Amino acid sequence: MSAADLHTLTGAYAAHALDPAEAAEFERHLARCPACAQEVAEFTATLARLGAAEAVVPPAALKDRVMAALPTVRQDPPQTGAGPAAGRSRGRWRRHGPTLALAACLAAAAGFGGLAVQQHRQADEARARAAALQQRQDAFADLLTAPDARSAAAAAAGGSGLGTVVWSESRGRAGFLASGLPALADGTTYELWFNDSGTMRPAGLLPRSDGALLLTGPVDAAKGVGVTVEPAAGSLHPSGAPIMLIPFA
Amino acid sequence: MSTVAHLPDPGRRHPDLGRLLGRVALGDQDAFSQLYDAVAGPVLGLVRRVLRDPAQSEEVAQEVLLEVWRTAARYRPERGEAMPWVLTIAHRRAVDRVRSAQAAADRDRQVAAASHAPVFDEVAEQVEGRLEREQVRRCLKRLTELQRESLTLAYYRGYSYPEVAELLGAPLGTVKTRMRDGLIRLRDCLGVGA
Repeated sequence: MSAADLHTLTGAYAAHALDPAEAAEFERHLARCPACAQEVAEFTATLARLGAAEAVVPPAALKDRVMAALPTVRQDPPQTGAGPAAGRSRGRWRRHGPTLALAACLAAAAGFGGLAVQQHRQADEARARAAALQQRQDAFADLLTAPDARSAAAAAAGGSGLGTVVWSESRGRAGFLASGLPALADGTTYELWFNDSGTMRPAGLLPRSDGALLLTGPVDAAKGVGVTVEPAAGSLHPSGAPIMLIPFA
Repeated sequence: MSTVAHLPDPGRRHPDLGRLLGRVALGDQDAFSQLYDAVAGPVLGLVRRVLRDPAQSEEVAQEVLLEVWRTAARYRPERGEAMPWVLTIAHRRAVDRVRSAQAAADRDRQVAAASHAPVFDEVAEQVEGRLEREQVRRCLKRLTELQRESLTLAYYRGYSYPEVAELLGAPLGTVKTRMRDGLIRLRDCLGVGA
């Protein structure tokens, strides 16, 4: 598809009307097209007006249920301090337009799902995990905003969902963003792998259908990234065929 | 276009939503309660418009609102108003649900019966946002029929654009172009600024 053709997809993209493969192709285009990113943002705001016009009076019980559930839902930690994700002024947006547009688009691809994992485990782990998550988020933001950040995407084999890999040669790191992957059966997780010319090297677990993960370990000579479904604790070697393989290309 | 009276957009009518989200990101449940009061109606209304099934819609709306609570720290005011941020989450979740295998099967039956008939909007209690609703209606009327059908089938019904093309019997390329130029016209009519 030519760039001009892709540009016309801004409307369908903002309306969530593209299939995963086309959305991925469009997001690659967005990364190089700040004007498209601007148009998508305006269309998103326009469509929100259509959405807001549908407002109804919600039943009181809904608020009771939502408020009651808050303590059980762990929040993404706030981004604090002078990390790479902080202080993105409009000025920075302009200077780093394409790269930050890429970051924004990928954030959208992940459905604004939390970076890293949102496992709901024992509360006493929370503090240590929050600190670790913060570090990983900073690293992920650093990767997304790297001047040489590139991305590639693929649809999940035989099903719904989209995986996007972001990598940076200068950082030597890669990240993975999942959007609407097939729901996981209980006791299973998505596992990410670096594809070292056919040998799969474990690169982290993503126990969710949506979200993002900074891959563990350096990219090195890996040719791409694979995703499999594994038991919840993860595996040292893939136990089945990958649901997606995304080359670094 | 010069006769259009621009109403304040929903984000600006609740000037504190962005700030509330900032407090929500810090775990402030009172702030979330206030945010809820401002966004729950639009969230549930949009989700219901897409899903139609009231029970399923409440379930999805609850997921959306908890996602807002969970991911409030991701909101960046410099990238846009809070209401579109919340409603983007709502629309994506509603569309994901409607495209899930079971929903698709249900919908195929409904499509045959109810192709273009408004299904939910006439029975919903739309007490809030009447002016907003009127303006949206007026602006939708300014679109060509193909622009309007393409956008409303995609946005309000959750159809992908190939499905829209099939429903309307129009070429794929035409539908995606109409979605874009329709949105440009809507954007200008509603006064959505850069």
